[in-house]
Amino acid sequence: MTTAAPLLPPADWRDFLALTKPRVMTLVVFTGLCGMLAAPVAVDPVLGFTAILCIALGAGAAGALNQWYEADLDAVMKRTAARPLPAGRMERQSALHFGVGLGAFSVILMGLAVNLAAAAILAVSILFYVLIYTVWLKRRTPQNIVIGGAAGAFPPLIGWAAATGEVALLPLLLFALVFLWTPPHFWALALFVKTDYANAGVPMLPVVAGERVTRRQIGLYTIPMALVAVAPWPLGLAGPVYGVVATAMTAVFALLAALVAAGRTSAVKPMRHEKQLFGFSILYLFVVFGALVVDRWVA
Amino acid sequence: MTPEEQQLVQKRQKARAIVVAVLLAAFVVLIFFITIAKIHQGMGH
Repeated sequence: MTTAAPLLPPADWRDFLALTKPRVMTLVVFTGLCGMLAAPVAVDPVLGFTAILCIALGAGAAGALNQWYEADLDAVMKRTAARPLPAGRMERQSALHFGVGLGAFSVILMGLAVNLAAAAILAVSILFYVLIYTVWLKRRTPQNIVIGGAAGAFPPLIGWAAATGEVALLPLLLFALVFLWTPPHFWALALFVKTDYANAGVPMLPVVAGERVTRRQIGLYTIPMALVAVAPWPLGLAGPVYGVVATAMTAVFALLAALVAAGRTSAVKPMRHEKQLFGFSILYLFVVFGALVVDRWVA
Repeated sequence: MTPEEQQLVQKRQKARAIVVAVLLAAFVVLIFFITIAKIHQGMGH
């Protein structure tokens, strides 16, 4: 005789919301919005809102599918153990259906209401995050977040494509900026939550190659990131407002990255610089992207 | 199923039904405005 697994009560709607990783979505929505507002075309407010909504829903779908696939991993990490699936508040199948449905809805709505170019890039970004990062790379290589970082770099490209129907050099630079920003951002986090990743068996760089290599890589990735961040100004794609803000913010980022790379840790406040770099890196993207929009409006 | 579990299930089903209803209503409103925007865009060309 077989015993059936006990049925869970239907999941609370807040758990479906939690599946979409709303905090991560904030940055995705913001960079997408900035990509759209930086485009040299006026967007209809309703269609602009729809495009940003689709970017948010697409990011939510990717987050839900990520949590569906990684439920076992989330269960052994302190930071993620309280999520709906590892905490046993939701059936895995519900998360899968929710993620696939939301992803398909976001792409179809983008295609019908905005344009096909934006819908195609949105579809690629969802598939990239789920298949390339979550399923393929995350558990296999310490370079997981380097290549996987591309998934988070798509929103400014989608925003720009939503406004213009095409892709240009500036949104490609914004893509490259987020792409190159991701390794220092995540490796700074991985340095001070290393034990969590190690317990879960995720081959994050500090776990596999050690702290010294990670610190050096943070420093190395900051160099091309800084060049890409400032490049729109000398290339004539952005004005002095962006140029000055991006240069100042990048200088602070580079300083913090250099301190992390130098590996000077304080006995009183361990991982102080790593935590500072992680916190500042989030502010950095908000300010630099915001400056691009302000620069466009001033011009 | 105990009465408490039954109550929890009903409470969650009701909350989910309300959320879905609100989202559907918002979707209808959004489609209406998208249609208006598309008509305006078409008139501009």
